[in-house]
Amino acid sequence: MDAAFPISNSGAAAAQSASAKATVHTPAMTTTTPDAKTLRMKITKLNFYYGKNHALHNVSMDVATNKVTAMIGPSGCGKSTLLRTLNRMHETLRHTRLEGEIALDGVSILTLDVTKLRRMVGMVFQKPNPFPKSIYENVAYGLKINGHTGRLDEAVEKSLRRSALWDEVKDKLHKSAYALSGGQQQRLCIARALAVDPEVLLLDEPCSALDPVNTAKIEELLFELKPSCTMVIVTHNMQQAARVSDSTAFMLNGDLIEFSPTGTMFTTPADPRTEAYITGRFG
Amino acid sequence: MSARLIWRKSLNVFMLSMTGLCALITVSALFFILGYLVYNGGKDLSWNFFTKLPAPVGETGGGMANAIIGSLKLLGLAALMGVPIGLLGGVYLAEFGGKTIPFIVRYTADLLNGVPSIVIGIFAYALVVMPMHHFSTLAGGFALGIMVIPTVIRNTESFLRDVPRTMREGAFALGANKWRMIATVVLPAASRGILTGVLLALARVAGETAPLLFTAFGNRFWSPGLNQPTSSLPVVIYTYATGPYEDWHQQAWAAGLVLLGLVLLTNILVRVFLTGGSAYERT
Amino acid sequence: MATTPNAATPEDFAGSSRTSLRHTFGADEVAHLITMIAAATLLLITVLLVYQLWVLSAESRAKFGWSFFVTQTWDPVSGDFGALPFVYGTLVTSAIALVIAVPLGVGGAIFLAELAPPKISSYLTFVSDLLAAVPSVIYGLLGVFLLVPIMRTTVQPALKATLGFLPLFQGPSYGIGFLTAGIVLAIMIVPFVLSVSREVLMAVPRDQREAALGLGATKWESTWKVVVPAARIGIFGSVFLAMARALGETMAVTMVIGNNPKIAASLFSPGYSIASVLANEFSEATGNLYLSALIELGLVLFLLTFILNGLARLLIVLTTSRGSGVLPS
Repeated sequence: MDAAFPISNSGAAAAQSASAKATVHTPAMTTTTPDAKTLRMKITKLNFYYGKNHALHNVSMDVATNKVTAMIGPSGCGKSTLLRTLNRMHETLRHTRLEGEIALDGVSILTLDVTKLRRMVGMVFQKPNPFPKSIYENVAYGLKINGHTGRLDEAVEKSLRRSALWDEVKDKLHKSAYALSGGQQQRLCIARALAVDPEVLLLDEPCSALDPVNTAKIEELLFELKPSCTMVIVTHNMQQAARVSDSTAFMLNGDLIEFSPTGTMFTTPADPRTEAYITGRFG
Repeated sequence: MSARLIWRKSLNVFMLSMTGLCALITVSALFFILGYLVYNGGKDLSWNFFTKLPAPVGETGGGMANAIIGSLKLLGLAALMGVPIGLLGGVYLAEFGGKTIPFIVRYTADLLNGVPSIVIGIFAYALVVMPMHHFSTLAGGFALGIMVIPTVIRNTESFLRDVPRTMREGAFALGANKWRMIATVVLPAASRGILTGVLLALARVAGETAPLLFTAFGNRFWSPGLNQPTSSLPVVIYTYATGPYEDWHQQAWAAGLVLLGLVLLTNILVRVFLTGGSAYERT
Repeated sequence: MATTPNAATPEDFAGSSRTSLRHTFGADEVAHLITMIAAATLLLITVLLVYQLWVLSAESRAKFGWSFFVTQTWDPVSGDFGALPFVYGTLVTSAIALVIAVPLGVGGAIFLAELAPPKISSYLTFVSDLLAAVPSVIYGLLGVFLLVPIMRTTVQPALKATLGFLPLFQGPSYGIGFLTAGIVLAIMIVPFVLSVSREVLMAVPRDQREAALGLGATKWESTWKVVVPAARIGIFGSVFLAMARALGETMAVTMVIGNNPKIAASLFSPGYSIASVLANEFSEATGNLYLSALIELGLVLFLLTFILNGLARLLIVLTTSRGSGVLPS
C-alpha cells in the first residue's frame, strides 16, 4: 500500500528502493529507461534561478501520457515557475537560468527550437487572455502562425468542439472574443491552445478567476480531454486536484516534497509536510 | 458663530468663487475665439473660397484653393515622414531596448518636442532649402515631419506598454516569436490609442506657421509636385492678416475659421470617440 | 523562496532571438534592427539640429563673441548685430504673460482639481485642452483685429490715466507693443498652466485633504494651506513649462509686438522678440553674416527653451508618478 514515496533532494536512492513496490497506479518513477508510451515528459534534477534567487531546487518529476498531473502547494512554492519551464516560457524574462534536464518524448526540450516546442506544449493561463480579435481568429491564430495547411474552418470547429464551446459560439464566430463571459473566454483559450494539437497542455490555475459554475464546467472539460491529451495543472485548490488529477506533486519553498498518485497523496501522504498542507494547517 | 469663523467662512466662499472665475475666464476664451471667427469669417466662406486661386493683388474675389491643397500636401508629407519613424521608434522603446538607450531616446523625444517650431524651421532650411537653393514643399513637409515624430513616439510607447503582459504570453505560448507577437497581437490591441496620438499630432502641425515661413515659403499660384514653394493655410492667414488690403483681411478671417474648424473638429472627435472620454475622468 | 514573476515589465521580456539563434535568424533580429534604426533617427535628427545651429552661427559667434548679448544695435546694412533688443523683448513679453497666466491658470486648476464636481471638472479641462490646440496664427488674427484696437482705444489710455506715473505705462498708445503681445501670450499659455497644475494637484494624496478637513479647516483652507503647498514643486514645473512655451511662441507675438528692435521702459512701446525677428527677417536675410546672426539667435532660443523644459520636467516628475503622461503635447 505504500506506493507513495517522496521524491525529494535525496532522489535516486529512495526512488530505486521504492520502485520495487510500485503499483500500477504510479507513473514510472524509476531510474530505468522510461517507457515512452506512458511517459510524456521527464524532469530531471531541475534547478532554476531568478537572478540570484534559487527558486527551484533539484526537482525531478515525470509526466505520464494522457493523464492529468497536478501541482499543489502554498503561494510562492514554485509550482507556477516549474510549470513555465516546461514550455520554456521563463525565457521570455531576463535574468533566468535553468540547470538540469527536461525531456519531451525522450528529447531534451532545451535543444529544441523554442517556437516548435511551444506548439507541442501548449499553455492556458490563470486569467483568460483572448486576443483582441474575433472568436474565430483567436482559435485560428496558432494555426496560422504555425503554417497550417488545410482547411482552417474545420480545424477551428474541431477545436471549439473539443473545448465544449462550439454550440455556444457557432453562430457568432466573427464576434469579438471579449463579448464572451469569463468562463467562455477561458474555454476559448483552451480551444485556442488545443487548435495546434499539442502533445502536452499546461494549465496555470485555469479556474482561479472563475466562479464555481464555470469552474465545474472546465473541470468536466478536462475529464473529457484526458484520453487524448496529456495535462499538467497547477492549482491552489486541493479539492480540484483531488477531483481532476491522476498524480499530484506537492511543492514547498522550491522543493518537490512528494509526488504520488492522487488518491494516495490525499489519503495517506508520506511526508508530514504534505499532510500538514493537505489538512489545512498552513498555506 | 465667532467673528473669526465668519471671516473664515466668508473667505472660503470668496476664494472658491474667485477660482471658479479663473476657470470660467480661461474656458470662455475658447467660445469667444470661436464665436468671433464664425461671425467674421462665416460671411466670406463661399464656393469661390475653396476653389479659386488668389486674385491679383488689390483685386477682390479670389480664393484659397492653392493654400488648402498646399496644406494637404504638407500634411501628407509630414505624415509620411513622421508616422513610420514615430511608430517604429515607439515599438522599439516599448518592446526592445534595455534601460539606457530607451531613456536617452525618450529624453531626446521630449527635448525635440519642446524646441520652438521656428527653430525647427531653421533646421529644415539648413538641411533642405540650402542644398536645393530654393524653397519647396519638400522642405516644409520635412519641417512638419520632424515635429510629428516625438509626439508619435511617446504616445505609441505609452499605449504599447499598456497592453497587458498576459496577452503577450498568450501569443508566446502558441509558438509566436517576438516580432509576430508585436505585429499581430500587441499593435492591434494598442491601435486605438496609437491612432489617437497620430491624429492629434497631425492636427497640431496642420496649424503651424512658423516652420513654413522659410521652407515652403508661399505661392500665389498652384505648386505642382514637391519641388516648388507652396502656399498653405496658416501662412496665408498670416500674410493676409498683416497685409494692407481689406479684402485680404476678410479672407484671413474665413481661412482662420476653416483652419480652426478643422483643428478643433479633429481634436474633439479624436478625444471623445477614440479615448471614450476616459482620459478626463478625475480619479 | 520561489516567487512567480508578477512584477515583470515589458523591459524584462527578452526576445526569443536572444535565446535560440538556431531558428529564424532574421525575423526578430530584423525587427529589432529596424525599430532601433527608427529610434536612432530621432537621435540623429536632434544631434544634427544642434550641430547645424552651432555651425551655421559660427560666423556671427566668431565676429561678435559675448558682446552679441549686450549690443543694442541691429543693423543689417552695416553688418552690426546685437541680440539685446530681442532677448529683452522675449523676456518682457514672457514675464507679462506669466504674471497674467499663472494666477489665472493656478486658480482655475485649484477650482477644477479641488472644488468642481467631477463632471464639470472633466468638461472644463477638455475645453482647456482644446484651447491649447488652437494654432498660434489664429490667436494672432484675433490679436491684430480685436485686441489691438481695444488696447489702443480703451485699455492703454485707461492704464495711462491711472498708473501713468510709472514709466511702464507712459508714452503713446499704438495698441501694439510689449503689453499687447504679453496679453496674447498669456491667453495662449494659460491652458498649459491650468492642465499641468490640475494634474499635480490631483496627485496629492487624498488623506492630506482629509486630515485638514478633519481638523475643522474650511475647503479653501485645506486647499490653500495643505494641498497647494504639497503640489508646490509641480506647480513651479508648470510655470517653467509655460514659460518655455511663451519664449518660443512666434506668430501671435509677431503680429502684435510692433517689430521694432528697441529697448524701452514703457510697455506700450513696440518691441521685438527673438522668434519674431526670425519670422520676419530670416527669409530675406542677405549675406552670410546676417543669416549667421539670425541663426545665433535661434541657438539662443533653443538653449533657453531646452533648459526651461528640462527643469520643468524634472519638477513635474518629482510630484506625479507618471511625469510625462501629464504634459500636453
